Amino acid sequence: MTDQTSPASEQRLDQLREQAWNKGVVGGRGVDVRGGPIPRKPGYYGQPIVKPPVWTWEIPVYFFVGGLAGMAAIIALAALAFHHLDLARAAMWLAVIGAILSPILLTMDLGRPRLFMNMLRVFKYKSPMSVGAWILTVFGACAGPGLIALEVHAHQIFSGTLDQFVRVAADLLIFGSAFLGMFLATYTGVLIGATAIPAWFLHRVFLPIHFGTAGLGSAAALLELLGHRIAPLNAIGFFAAAVESALWVWLEIDRHDAADRALHEAGSGWLIRGGEVFSGPVALLLRLTNLIPLAAISFLFGALISRLGWALAGSISGCDPEAVLASQR
Amino acid sequence: MIGEGIESTNQRRHSYVGDRIEVGFFTDPTVCIGCKACEVACKEWNQVPDDGFTWSGNSYDHTGHLGASTWRHVLFLEQDRRKGDQITGSMGGLSPQSATVSPTQTNPQSDDPFRWVFVSDVCKHCEEAGCLEACPTGSIVRTEVGSVLVQNDVCNGCGYCVVSCPFGVIDRRPAPLADAGGAFKCTFCYDRQKSGLVPACAKVCPTESIVFGRLDDLRARGADRVQHLQQSGYDDAQLYDPQETSVRGLHAFFLILGEPEAYGLPPKPQIPTIYLKSAWTSAIATAVATLIVVFAAFFFFG
Repeated sequence: MTDQTSPASEQRLDQLREQAWNKGVVGGRGVDVRGGPIPRKPGYYGQPIVKPPVWTWEIPVYFFVGGLAGMAAIIALAALAFHHLDLARAAMWLAVIGAILSPILLTMDLGRPRLFMNMLRVFKYKSPMSVGAWILTVFGACAGPGLIALEVHAHQIFSGTLDQFVRVAADLLIFGSAFLGMFLATYTGVLIGATAIPAWFLHRVFLPIHFGTAGLGSAAALLELLGHRIAPLNAIGFFAAAVESALWVWLEIDRHDAADRALHEAGSGWLIRGGEVFSGPVALLLRLTNLIPLAAISFLFGALISRLGWALAGSISGCDPEAVLASQR
Repeated sequence: MIGEGIESTNQRRHSYVGDRIEVGFFTDPTVCIGCKACEVACKEWNQVPDDGFTWSGNSYDHTGHLGASTWRHVLFLEQDRRKGDQITGSMGGLSPQSATVSPTQTNPQSDDPFRWVFVSDVCKHCEEAGCLEACPTGSIVRTEVGSVLVQNDVCNGCGYCVVSCPFGVIDRRPAPLADAGGAFKCTFCYDRQKSGLVPACAKVCPTESIVFGRLDDLRARGADRVQHLQQSGYDDAQLYDPQETSVRGLHAFFLILGEPEAYGLPPKPQIPTIYLKSAWTSAIATAVATLIVVFAAFFFFG
């Protein structure tokens, strides 16, 4: 305490008082007084306008696992058609492991896991969650028996017409797995693209392409890491990394300012960008230099963190009233 | 209407459910006194857990937002605008008697315009409801009176309705609350309505800021009220009932002063179903392209 008041500091206080009186807020290094006369936060006291997703880590991990499993089934079908029996078996194992892990992950995330069977109570084509639950169920129902039939055929357990019948059954079931698998890997983009979360619905065309490509590249990469170093998988790896590189450029160009800033800012922005870089240009360069295992690891890592990034971006975007308002202007 | 006593649609018994008549809530902030009786009545009747006892610092609003355990929420807006012809600004020099003179005799253009607006927010019971479309279990249904109802015993808590509501109304109730894990929101007191009773919030509203009744009657009443208010100097009074967007109108609609943004209401709410066509087109194109690429890879490199 001092009574040596300087005219300058008094002037500053007067200035602050005037500023506070006129604007209801003191700028610069001052503070926006909580509960001050006139709130300056966007919307209603900065409260979220839509609700952020309640989903936890299981859902983005499911996007990764389900995408990989679905696309593995397509690789299995093509491998079968072009007489790569070992590759087809390995790919079907991936599909089946994914088909077992996926419902476990999804059920863990449910608010009431014991009611998980209610997912199959009705079929609603307008609900991507309902369509997805059915896709996953039928995919599992095809892939499981398909793998068993394929293994029975591969181990020559039966002979003659019975073996031929088993082989036809395997073909049909794997065809079914592949057909559903390609939607299992892409519907997840529709699932989050058709919501009220601005960062998601603004990129509803981008998301299925990204998730599908990431699933395809992941399946090829994991099969390569399991020892199937063959030219077709390398070609698929090249294709997926090239598409991911292009998608990265697309995402950087297709910006919606405040409406989708969660994709470019903060932790979610770094996860998405990192994901695209590792599964795009880095994987591409590693493949060009023939470092295939490193390229595969890079792609898988990118595909996983990108999914985590998109989930986190949904949470941040849903809590951001300015993003919601900006998306509706 | 106020003054109708037990003849008011908020107090008399009805048979809307049996007669399959569309009903609604009309909420009018210009008569709301911010008493929060609607919040209390809703909690008591529906046995909804408390929202926690915390101070928000946001005017008199300590409820925050609608959610799994908050089905009525009274908003308290502080705005630097005048509210109709009300007396505003300093009362300096005026004795209590002179303060009661007609508003037109006081200075209508006060230097420090300020208004305090209260409005009770609730589930909008959309004509086209995002939550209902999204629900994979069929737990969310449309009732005979046009309201949107979550069947608690069917809901498995997948959480898809939460991100599908353009108003951020429905939410999943976290543990350790009772009935945790399921999605909850306003039921429009469907249980009471089936017995001919009025929803609890409307029943207790002391100023009939919340009016329950036939939707067509309420829409006419809302339009009249806006006209009346605009003639009385409430220039920015308007109805919030987005019928031109994919939501196609609300069963619980609002009169608001000023822009919807200030109330945390989206100016152009859309149900996510409208995004399905472009998203599925992209998904199907990707799926087919992937199939072709994989076969081409095996054909040319295999």
